[in-house]
Amino acid sequence: MVTSTATMGRSGLYDWFVQRVSAVILLAYSVFCAGWMLVNSGFGYAEWTVLFSQTWMRVFSLLALISLAGHAWVGLWVVFTDYLTERMLGPVGKVLRVLAEIVSAIIMSIYFIWGIQILWSL
Amino acid sequence: MLQVSIYRYNPETDLEPYMQDVQVDTGGKDLMVLDVMELIKADDDTVVYRRSCREGVCGSDGVNMNGTNGLACVTPLSKAVRKNKLVLRPLPGLPVIRDLVVDMSLFYAQYEKVQPYLQNQSPAPAIERLQSPEEREKLDGLYECILCACCSTACPSFWWNPDKFIGPAGLLQAYRFLADTRDTATDERLARLADPFSVFRCHGIQACVNVCPKGLNPTRAIGHIRNMLLSRAI
Repeated sequence: MVTSTATMGRSGLYDWFVQRVSAVILLAYSVFCAGWMLVNSGFGYAEWTVLFSQTWMRVFSLLALISLAGHAWVGLWVVFTDYLTERMLGPVGKVLRVLAEIVSAIIMSIYFIWGIQILWSL
Repeated sequence: MLQVSIYRYNPETDLEPYMQDVQVDTGGKDLMVLDVMELIKADDDTVVYRRSCREGVCGSDGVNMNGTNGLACVTPLSKAVRKNKLVLRPLPGLPVIRDLVVDMSLFYAQYEKVQPYLQNQSPAPAIERLQSPEEREKLDGLYECILCACCSTACPSFWWNPDKFIGPAGLLQAYRFLADTRDTATDERLARLADPFSVFRCHGIQACVNVCPKGLNPTRAIGHIRNMLLSRAI
């Protein structure tokens, strides 16, 4: 067993589950958006605004936004712990990994909050 | 004449590894790769590799042949050679001790982690713990592993985290005991596998399935372990 300090106390099953569920939500959202654009070909700003003024679409979009953040965080954490490691890069590996995790967490938080702002036109 | 390029490294004399080109007269026969290695060794006895049974049972001569891991003793030239050229390298991802011999300590350490032995605290019956034919059938495709390490050293997740990810060979054995109806340590075994590395670093690319000389399917076993972890949690 790998100790919880090496894994930031995460559960592999939980991460795996988050990846799968968020992927399904993102797929549904992408298919819906692509389908809507096909059905409403030649749509303009007015139609787009009407679509996003409805609560269900805002909730659906927020769900997709949460899924995107969760999916990206788990995915990037896996990438960082594969390539930015002490085994690959020596002691500097840990520093780079923590740095990469902090930077991506900040970027994702900014996008997430900005996304909510856009959806609810705050 | 077959063109063979063989990985050479002797830490006592070489600063770094190099590839040595040799020509081997196979007499036009479809020899096994191990036969070719023996012919090379007959000419140059400084070439080092592991071998024992020469019939795919002991798992000693796992090597990388033209980019694909396999057992040299059961891989015919017709399968391994491309354009009359054979490139022989040690199994990737493990430290090289010399030439084609790798240090398998990390591989064995992961195997040890899954506690690959039957655990049952109930008093042992007079003769043996019985299984029905159906229960025994569940172990088919699991117990046949010979620990040659071809699968784990073909797995990128094992290359990056050989100290944390158990790897396909170890996980196949983990499931072999999870699937065994005589074993009663299922909960403890699953609890030890629930972290993000031990099992979940497998991304299902099936490189292990592709190279297993015994035709086993570690990816499927890993899928079963995931399902067991999921059912235990929900």
